[in-house]
Amino acid sequence: MTPLLRRLRQDLFATPADGLVTVLLLALIGAGGFAVLHWALGQAQWAVIRANSTLFAVGRYPLDQQWRLWLLTALLAAATGLSWGMLRSHPRPDRGGSLWPRNDWMAVGMVALLSLALPSLLGLALPLQLRWWAIAALLLLLRWLAGRFGPLLPAPLKRCLPLGLPLLYLLGMVLIGGGLALEPVSPSQWGGLMLTLLESSFAILLCFPLGVLLALGRRSDLPLLRWGSVVYIEFFRGAPLITLLFLGQNMLGFLLPGGVAPERVWRAAWVLTLFAAAYLAEAVRSGLAAVPRGQLEAARSLGLSTPQAFTTVVLPQALRVALPSMVGQFISLLQDTTLLSLIGLMELLGTARTVMANPAFLGRNAEVYFTLAVLFWCCCAALGLGSRALERRLNPSTLA
Amino acid sequence: MRPSARRWLPLAVLLAVGLVGCAPEGGGGVQSTKMGTITSRGKLICGVDGSLPGFSFVGSDGTYSGLDVDVCKAMAAALFGDPGKVEYRNLNSSERFAALASGEVDLLSRNTTMTLSRDAAGGNALSFAPPTFYDGQGVMVPTASGITTLKALAGKPICVESGTTTELNLADRMREQNIPYTPLKFQTGDQTYAAYLQGRCVAVTSDRSQLAGKRSSFPQPDAHTLLPDVMSKEPLAPATVNADPVWADAVRWTVNTLFQAEELGITKANIAAKVAEAKANPNQADLRRFLGVEGEFGKQLGLPADFVPKIIAAVGNYGEIFDRNVGPGSRLKLDRGVNRQWKEGGLIYSPPFR
Amino acid sequence: MARSPSVGPSPAPGLVTPVPWWRHRRVVPWVVQGAVALTVLVVVAFLLGNLIRNLTAAGLLLTWNWLGQPAGFDISETLLPFNAELPYWRGLAAGLVNTLRVVITGLVGSTLVGTLLGMASFSGNALLRGLTRTYVEVVRNIPLLLQLVFWYFVVFLSLPNGTAALQLPGVVLAKSGLYLAGFGDGLHWIGPQLQNGVWQAPLRLSVEFGALLTGLIAYTAAFIAEVVRGGIAAVPKGQWEAASSLGLSWWQTLIKVVLPQALRVIVPGLNTQFISLAKNSSLAVAVGYTDLYSVAETTLNQTGRAVEVVLLLLGTYLALDLFISLLMNGLNRLVQIRER
Repeated sequence: MTPLLRRLRQDLFATPADGLVTVLLLALIGAGGFAVLHWALGQAQWAVIRANSTLFAVGRYPLDQQWRLWLLTALLAAATGLSWGMLRSHPRPDRGGSLWPRNDWMAVGMVALLSLALPSLLGLALPLQLRWWAIAALLLLLRWLAGRFGPLLPAPLKRCLPLGLPLLYLLGMVLIGGGLALEPVSPSQWGGLMLTLLESSFAILLCFPLGVLLALGRRSDLPLLRWGSVVYIEFFRGAPLITLLFLGQNMLGFLLPGGVAPERVWRAAWVLTLFAAAYLAEAVRSGLAAVPRGQLEAARSLGLSTPQAFTTVVLPQALRVALPSMVGQFISLLQDTTLLSLIGLMELLGTARTVMANPAFLGRNAEVYFTLAVLFWCCCAALGLGSRALERRLNPSTLA
Repeated sequence: MRPSARRWLPLAVLLAVGLVGCAPEGGGGVQSTKMGTITSRGKLICGVDGSLPGFSFVGSDGTYSGLDVDVCKAMAAALFGDPGKVEYRNLNSSERFAALASGEVDLLSRNTTMTLSRDAAGGNALSFAPPTFYDGQGVMVPTASGITTLKALAGKPICVESGTTTELNLADRMREQNIPYTPLKFQTGDQTYAAYLQGRCVAVTSDRSQLAGKRSSFPQPDAHTLLPDVMSKEPLAPATVNADPVWADAVRWTVNTLFQAEELGITKANIAAKVAEAKANPNQADLRRFLGVEGEFGKQLGLPADFVPKIIAAVGNYGEIFDRNVGPGSRLKLDRGVNRQWKEGGLIYSPPFR
Repeated sequence: MARSPSVGPSPAPGLVTPVPWWRHRRVVPWVVQGAVALTVLVVVAFLLGNLIRNLTAAGLLLTWNWLGQPAGFDISETLLPFNAELPYWRGLAAGLVNTLRVVITGLVGSTLVGTLLGMASFSGNALLRGLTRTYVEVVRNIPLLLQLVFWYFVVFLSLPNGTAALQLPGVVLAKSGLYLAGFGDGLHWIGPQLQNGVWQAPLRLSVEFGALLTGLIAYTAAFIAEVVRGGIAAVPKGQWEAASSLGLSWWQTLIKVVLPQALRVIVPGLNTQFISLAKNSSLAVAVGYTDLYSVAETTLNQTGRAVEVVLLLLGTYLALDLFISLLMNGLNRLVQIRER
């Protein structure tokens, strides 16, 4: 007990000023926590969330086609379980090689708790609740199977497994949008969290190569490429996203000959991509600046061509340095999707606004905004967590 | 890039330049009307507010409803015989005209006030259908504030939605009467009313129907009063672009159909019987023409011959639409007021179907 | 586009074949650039041609006459005097000044708060460290638009109103804003007074401005705190140890030794955050503050001049951001350590 007390004392009450700060902060935390709990448990009316949970999740997606989204969720859960298990089955040099470290047990507990508690809190019908349990069970089962038997798989197969992820993404697009013998569902019927994630994942995936090209262009010796990249980056960084989105939604019709403009959901996704690419280019550029020039010269003197030298020597080092700020951009991008509501798309905030206009739920703004904040926090925090894990894995000092 | 490919490059560029040079002539050749675009697309794209109780909002089951939405449905029923073939697009008040002008939406059914500058070719160059809702701008204040006239609002903050005629009317009225005031502008209706309810503004101004509708949803509706002043005329009408009169006519007569059906007592419930009656009785020429049993109104408008029965079967007549969305059948419980049929002393009047 | 093989190691001297012009080292880059430029030009010409044709068809060809017409709307809170009879351009100018007001105060405020937060994450107090961390993680991961709505509707609009307002000598904080005493007409010292149920004072900050500013500062400060933390972490630990062995306190070490060195890492990172703040200020319309974007939106709606208004907006924000970049680049040059 005494070492703990001493530790507490040292951490919290080292000097009188420290002690004062601690007491003040504790009071602040207590008051804030009490206010939030008092509101959430006593005053808030959560029926608005319960009644509209489907709307918040997938928007106006047709009811008879929603099995496709369930299938997609199950596939995603399976992929998550598999990769989680595979990652754990290869003990890393920087940590003890336990298959089930404490972190994992905590994560398993959270998955189980969420899948058990959330559906019933949302008041879903029993069959829907069962589906969520089944999906969670699938995730955990595959996690266990992959962890247990993953190392036994032949090496070539293991190497091919990551290829499944892009395939899954494409398959997900097909499942959502239709095609390949599935009934097409128009993008105007996509919405809610699904649209938010779709728009941001699309933009994140595409802005990455574009941003890298722009960063390389900005450092190029060819003046035209360099200036082109500079103009592009400065233009997109200087323009408020909302004006760009407005341009994309309402002006593109003027710029293109009649009727060839793509669906507006995709237009918004492209605007987000072009916008994010400019920011990403700056992040990559700072990474490139951190790679000593000698690296490129050494690679070239080994006989690698310039593109080879860049792709195999310079870029991997630059991207590792740029990773934290790149993920920071991705998180901003995810949050920027809220602006899509201002141009009339039914992403999370757009859905929220029309739910709040439903005469049956007028005045329930606080509950809706609170839920949105929690959802966004979870998505963004997950991105941040993932990036930090990746950072640790890529850090050469821990790889050794 | 291989050398052979490089040799093709100048050619490709030349070809591209050539194509671009041709494009303007090629694009302008065919006179394709909006109707053609909509029919080949297979659905109508309708611009709505999306967050206006009674006029357009999304229910928990994900479907749109409201008075403005029913106009879209009526139009889709007239075109395709199916009120479901509509894609709704939520527009805020600032982007609605740009969206219409650039062809993003075919039809704007978004509580838009018909004005000269919006109608005129030198202004917004829109074409308006008959107003589907006659409104007027009003002011709502908390009853407890004791304010009964506009004068009493001097120097006080007033909440208003930005980019609306409301904002301009407010400025005009206050200037006329020389009353200083502070306008607080918000981008959306829910923000505007939230700020008012929180007591940031002493008054909120908007169309009277909207104020009454919102008031009915307040925790204590009796605590708020509508001032008797009507600050403006607000005829809310569906709009299309000026450039396509064929399409504008189709929209205009679809709206008139709703009015005429109410006048003739044709409802969603009795439409099938009425059609049978018209078919059976050659003497009822008016009814036969209206329901498309004889004559070629549909053809003249570029719509199917039986567009009237399709519309009524889909959404009912104007009275039904009103009752269902903003009248006694809704939570807003608005009075018909001037939106009664002309025979009952209102302004709802369809020119004859002849 | 791949470089041609001529860039690679050259073949043995005897085997040299005459290099055709299109494979020449000097020529190839220029050919490539020329092709790219030509393509870009063609695409731009195509788009512009369409734009002009479509706008002509819609009767909306670019004009700027409307800038001189009377605006017909009012702006509640302006530094530049404005009323409904003045032309649109005066309204836009008033909006720009309002934007500048929030951007400049926001820059100063978020830098101060962000720096303090960044320093606090190196504090000896574990609770303070943890709380700073939590704050940054919470604020960074929730969209600014939601945060602004929170600050305005939940925090600022729950302030008391009228006679119940928080009053100190010369200062009143009410639901409608912060009122400060100052010199009124004729150099009289005037305190805030309640007239006809509305507070009046020589100096007034509206709650809309307050909420926007608070939201922007709270959000940007979290990002700046991360930049500052990164900068401080980049200073070798030996510097801390050396300073404290010289007898400097924690605070003195930080201010006199560590921060000046951290600045050269911090300043480039601040640039992005400052630009974000300038652009994020356009979310003002969500909390009822009339900034440039809000005025432009009303103007666009009244005049129907969508292209012109959007062009004006883009140009103005671009100029603002380039100006910030320029300042920051200058500052960057100042704080870099001159080694030779």
